[in-house]
Amino acid sequence: MYFSTDEKQIPKSKVPSGELKDKWSNFKNQAKLISPNNRKNYNVIIVGTGLSGASAAASLAELGYNVSVFCFQDSPRRAHSVAAQGGVNAMKNYKNDGDSIYRMFYDTLKGGDFRAREANVYRLAECSAHLIDQAVAQGVPFAREYSGYLSNRSFGGVQVSRTFYARGQTGQQLLLGAYQALMRQVKAKKIKSYTRHEMLDLVLINGVAKGIIARNLDTGEITRHTANAVVLATGGFGKIYYLSTLAMGCNGSAIWRAHKKGAWVASPSWTQIHPTCLPQSGSYQSKLTLMSESLRNDGRIWVPLSKNENRKAADIPEEDRDYYLERRYPSFGNLAPRDIASRAAKERVDAGHGVGTLKNAVYLDFKDAIEKQGKEAIAKKYGNLFDMYQKITGINAYNEPMKISPAAHFSMGGLWVDYELSTNIPGLFAIGEANFADHGANRLGANSLLQACVDGYYILPQTLPHYLAQSGKPDPINSDDPAFIESELKVKKQLEEFGEINGHKTVDYFHRELGKILYDKCGLSRSEKGLTTAIEAIKNLRKSFYTDLKIPKKIDGINEELEKAGRVADYLEIAELMCIDALSREESCGAHFRTEHQTNDGEAIRDDKAFNFISCWQKSDHGPVLIKETLDFEFTTPTERSYK
Amino acid sequence: MDFKLKIWRQEQSSEKGKMTSYSVKDISPDMSFLEMLDQLNENLTLSGQSPVSFDSDCREGICGQCGLFINGRAHGPNAHTSTCQLHMRSFKDGDTIYIEPFRAAAFPIKKDLKIDRSALDKIIISGGFISVNTGQAPEANQTLISSDSVEAAFDAAACIGCGACVASCKNSSASLFTAAKISHLAQLPQGKIEHKSRTNQMVRKMDELGFGSCSNTGACEVECPQGISISHIAFMNKSYFK
Repeated sequence: MYFSTDEKQIPKSKVPSGELKDKWSNFKNQAKLISPNNRKNYNVIIVGTGLSGASAAASLAELGYNVSVFCFQDSPRRAHSVAAQGGVNAMKNYKNDGDSIYRMFYDTLKGGDFRAREANVYRLAECSAHLIDQAVAQGVPFAREYSGYLSNRSFGGVQVSRTFYARGQTGQQLLLGAYQALMRQVKAKKIKSYTRHEMLDLVLINGVAKGIIARNLDTGEITRHTANAVVLATGGFGKIYYLSTLAMGCNGSAIWRAHKKGAWVASPSWTQIHPTCLPQSGSYQSKLTLMSESLRNDGRIWVPLSKNENRKAADIPEEDRDYYLERRYPSFGNLAPRDIASRAAKERVDAGHGVGTLKNAVYLDFKDAIEKQGKEAIAKKYGNLFDMYQKITGINAYNEPMKISPAAHFSMGGLWVDYELSTNIPGLFAIGEANFADHGANRLGANSLLQACVDGYYILPQTLPHYLAQSGKPDPINSDDPAFIESELKVKKQLEEFGEINGHKTVDYFHRELGKILYDKCGLSRSEKGLTTAIEAIKNLRKSFYTDLKIPKKIDGINEELEKAGRVADYLEIAELMCIDALSREESCGAHFRTEHQTNDGEAIRDDKAFNFISCWQKSDHGPVLIKETLDFEFTTPTERSYK
Repeated sequence: MDFKLKIWRQEQSSEKGKMTSYSVKDISPDMSFLEMLDQLNENLTLSGQSPVSFDSDCREGICGQCGLFINGRAHGPNAHTSTCQLHMRSFKDGDTIYIEPFRAAAFPIKKDLKIDRSALDKIIISGGFISVNTGQAPEANQTLISSDSVEAAFDAAACIGCGACVASCKNSSASLFTAAKISHLAQLPQGKIEHKSRTNQMVRKMDELGFGSCSNTGACEVECPQGISISHIAFMNKSYFK
């Protein structure tokens, strides 16, 4: 066995009592407060300045708390939320098309294949409308109708139009709004911003989070930072697959180092493989670029009916094309949820119908849309995406279909948090993509920006003060406490050790090899045999990492290879837990597809009797321990997810 | 494809730098420019030499972290393209490529091709925001904004903060960067109230940080990966002197 199970520990979800629609109000009604005069006596550390981190930092600072923010980038504005393209969901029902908070809640819960807490998901939908108000007030230029009213479009997995967007750069515009709010508080001296700093350890004093150890990436200096609460807003770890839609620096180190200090990681293997990305074209490639899901509003996905098709896309007549999403899922068609669209693409590619030089892609075709709406209308909606496609591939997608293929994108898994966004370590919170909470086993498009913002603007600013108020008067924290000294020494020792290995392979070599194992065995489909092979392969790769790595030795000053070594060392451990997590869950749900659990026509079979729980993983000296948070469906009945 | 590279190497800010020659072989035309540098760095690391430091993060042209001066142009030869979106098919086999950092007094070199652009954050800190706290916002559709105004605001808001405008300007002016933010916010009704004070604060901060003045050469607009127009600079100047 690769893991043990502890049935005795029951995670406390802290979901408030009452009707679904009243729970969040009930929490707020009863939450403990800190009076405005006393807030300045509390310090909060926030690691990560993407949408969740920046919005939380700005909101807490506006309330009067002292906040320190850390990011590895050279400016908070560069965090990877910036790259989100298509939009952000919110329940405004501006379209009068039957939307409601309940419907948005149900779409999200169902999209996640009933593997999330009802109360969390409901709150996400409930707070969504305010976010649009806030963003507009900050100056986010959401698309408007000619009348001046806000415009909407549709995203996958839903049958209403509730997605707000700013061309294909919605993430950038929302992040700039949050970044500007953050900078405003820097000016007000309520926030201290540490750019080019990477968190290397979490420090606990008597089991409570009291600070972090960080490395200045420019000088190499290791510093100690104390706080009354620590918030990890460090995003997802999809870059573990090496080729992904994530930024080069995205990593899982902060959450993994917190895990090593006792924080539970929930469902780490639940990774969204996004269906519309640019296919890999060679072994040198460093990332796969996402093409927004919004393209599926107007683009039609197809592959040639014949396996040995040699004609150009334009020369293949309608009767020789297979619009497989429209064929298999007629009611949602090209807007089937991401997990389903990705798996369907893989099924066609594996069956030999792939297109492109490596036969690893499918067509996304705008011919019909351009004929019906005109080139200008399509350019207005997706112009920057078509430009981006041309820059990367050299191909004009107005004239021939795009070639797309699935790529690792979003971590549904992350640090386990309760309803108050607190991890199981008192004083340690996790927000945005870094936590496991609202998306279950599959995230719906345009819910990622939403969750990051709702966590940061609306939830954490209520729940974190509630924690501070409960923990009494703020004691001064001594950065010379043995816990800080010990952490700092450990961090320094690890950095030195990487340089001393002096082997024959670069960090990127190990990262690429790890990515191949994960794509192959813990990607779109998983099996017991594949996962056990992967676990052994990862262990061997990890062994070889510590004997054959070569990086420049220098630990003071800039050393990118050293930064990457730390991240890949953590990835080599996270990967093993991902495979164990996937192995332990003997059902198919959302993005987690076990080949042993499927119908004859390849649809997922979920097992609500045996697996109606969130897998929380605790670190122990004898390997990972599985703790189960049973999901209580009080207001809905989990149904078989059908998009047919 | 094979290339000769002349790359600016500088150990740290306080040391002198110089151009150093390297060669790379078997480069695919579909490789991105930064992937070509990745390959060079893997080879340098394995042979015990120090890899070339350069910035990049999203590698899809939106985070603004990358930025190299390639053959004398910010972000290389193609219009409206950031360094990470540049591919080797834009060069000829056998070319010699000159790679330097973005240079400006306000952007000190940290190492090799990595620069310190924190001055751009300081300009935003001085006033590049709308002063609204979380929770204060009215219903979003209460204020109608014409599609044209929003699109015009977006054109300015698209700035990725890479600093190519500064690096391309003979005066190292940050006018395009600053004006884009001023113009973005001023074109929206919610940003108009603070417009005058925002403009004054941001322009003064830009001068204080050692950026030069604008002399309307238009180089910034040509090199801007987002194609932001210098008309915003005229708008900023008009607002400042009003």
